[in-house]
Amino acid sequence: MGSFPATRHSVVAGIASPDIDTRRVAFDALVSAYWRPVYKYVRIKWRRDREDAADLTQEFFARAFEKGSLGRFEPTRARFRTFLRVCLDGFVANEIKARGRLKRGGNVSFVPVDFAAAEHDLSMHPAAPDAGGASVADRDDDLFRQEWVRGLFSDAVAALRASCEAAGKTTQFAVFQRYDLDDSSGARPTYAQLAAELAIPVTQVTNYLAFARRELRRLVLERLRSLCASDEEFRLEARELLGTDSPPSPPA
Amino acid sequence: MNALSDAALRRLRDAADTPDLTGTKYEIVGRIGQGGMGTVYRARDRELGREIALKVVRLPEGAPDIAARMMREARTLARLEHPGIVPVHDVGTMADGRVFYAMKLVRGSPLHELSATSLAERLAIVERVCEAVAFAHAHGVIHRDLKPQNVMVGAFGEVLVMDWGVAKVVGDATSSLGVGSVPGTDNPAEPSTGHGVVLGTPGYMAPEQAAGEPSLVDGRADVYAIGALLRDLCRTEKDAAHPDGSRDVPRPLRAIIRRAMAPDPVDRYADVTALARDVAAFRAGDRVTAHKENLVERARRLAVRHRTPILLVLAYLLMRLTFVAVVGR
Repeated sequence: MGSFPATRHSVVAGIASPDIDTRRVAFDALVSAYWRPVYKYVRIKWRRDREDAADLTQEFFARAFEKGSLGRFEPTRARFRTFLRVCLDGFVANEIKARGRLKRGGNVSFVPVDFAAAEHDLSMHPAAPDAGGASVADRDDDLFRQEWVRGLFSDAVAALRASCEAAGKTTQFAVFQRYDLDDSSGARPTYAQLAAELAIPVTQVTNYLAFARRELRRLVLERLRSLCASDEEFRLEARELLGTDSPPSPPA
Repeated sequence: MNALSDAALRRLRDAADTPDLTGTKYEIVGRIGQGGMGTVYRARDRELGREIALKVVRLPEGAPDIAARMMREARTLARLEHPGIVPVHDVGTMADGRVFYAMKLVRGSPLHELSATSLAERLAIVERVCEAVAFAHAHGVIHRDLKPQNVMVGAFGEVLVMDWGVAKVVGDATSSLGVGSVPGTDNPAEPSTGHGVVLGTPGYMAPEQAAGEPSLVDGRADVYAIGALLRDLCRTEKDAAHPDGSRDVPRPLRAIIRRAMAPDPVDRYADVTALARDVAAFRAGDRVTAHKENLVERARRLAVRHRTPILLVLAYLLMRLTFVAVVGR
């Protein structure tokens, strides 16, 4: 996982910085947040094989860093996420046209990315090329957004786990993991079941879950803010990001 | 770690949005709906053992104006004690910094989901809306977002005007103002709406409001919105195919809608009370001020309004004629 800038300075502003170190830190954060959606998008929308998609993903970021193309983003015209996706489409289309291209970007490295893990996620995606998925051209932005949201929450959950472990709050994280995170089959455990399982009072289950959710919200919003170019964009994204139309579960 | 599944992601998005009510007397029961500013939950007040509606601002930070607007909405509602305006019980800030307020849980249907009712019943609803809005205007509050979704009709026919989140407070809100005729200025104590900022809903927003000129918005913007409500309520499925949606609407009622929705505020009703009077007059079969009727229309209206005595007189005359005819033979 790439590190996010500790401050709330916008990553988007950072990648346009004339200072190379600032730009590098911002770019690392950007790659960390976007490599997964970029890779999956290239695999699904552009139907590239694994190796090609991994190459294109790395080259896209390397080229963007070298040329500073993402730094030319204008917040008044679109959301950054949309801008990045449009840049990606243009890049991939050009690359496909120029098949005989030279391999580029070999001397520029960013935060380590795990394409094998992304490929594992993708195997469960209904539109994955290997799954014979249908064309998603008309849902480009939805696909890209969904993967971006997934990446954002995955990072936030990883950060939450790390901070809980560092602070000796592993039980708090365990409650959160069992109640909100686990995908194991069967119904969600009740608060009483969790209390018995973890040998804590039921009231603590409520408190621990509230703590973990509060922290998760903070971490997600912190990351989101750093990836938005303006307050307006942050609000729009946050409004769409938090909550779904499904009814929340009452306390069990 | 493995990437999150779609189901886990959905749960986390909800979990991150679920109000953290530790330290309060409320617990979430379910979600009711979501607006631009906040999400409304059905919650339980553990101390009083009753269900309430809890409105929670959606952003914790970086949006102090939204939090301020929520607080302002709560304060606005708290001073509008009227049977047609949903009462606020409590206001507070959650552990994560989000502002919330608790209000009465209204059990009923929003106006746009109301099942089939007669025209007279729908007009009565509009009159109740006018009463609530006139009360707010008298206390210096302009709603600015009246639409069917913001009017609830309760199980016992009670009508409540909801969502005062973009309401504008004019002048000294503690005094009674004829807001409709007094273009006001934003109360300097309240967060104001800047020029060019459009708050409201297209289709229900008066032109001066849609233009993003808050200083030009007064009570007549609500008159316009109630006119749009009236237009919707008069529209039948058959009318929906017609652009003006008014094929089967009686002419006096069409005139009321036209006057209420006049593009220039000067041409509208001076206030919602005047609009309510015309709606009530139409419902009672009286002449409405918005429509100049011809002789035929007047005769028809009077015939409908006084049909019982007219029928009695006609029956009497018929009997007399029959009697004369029988006796004269």
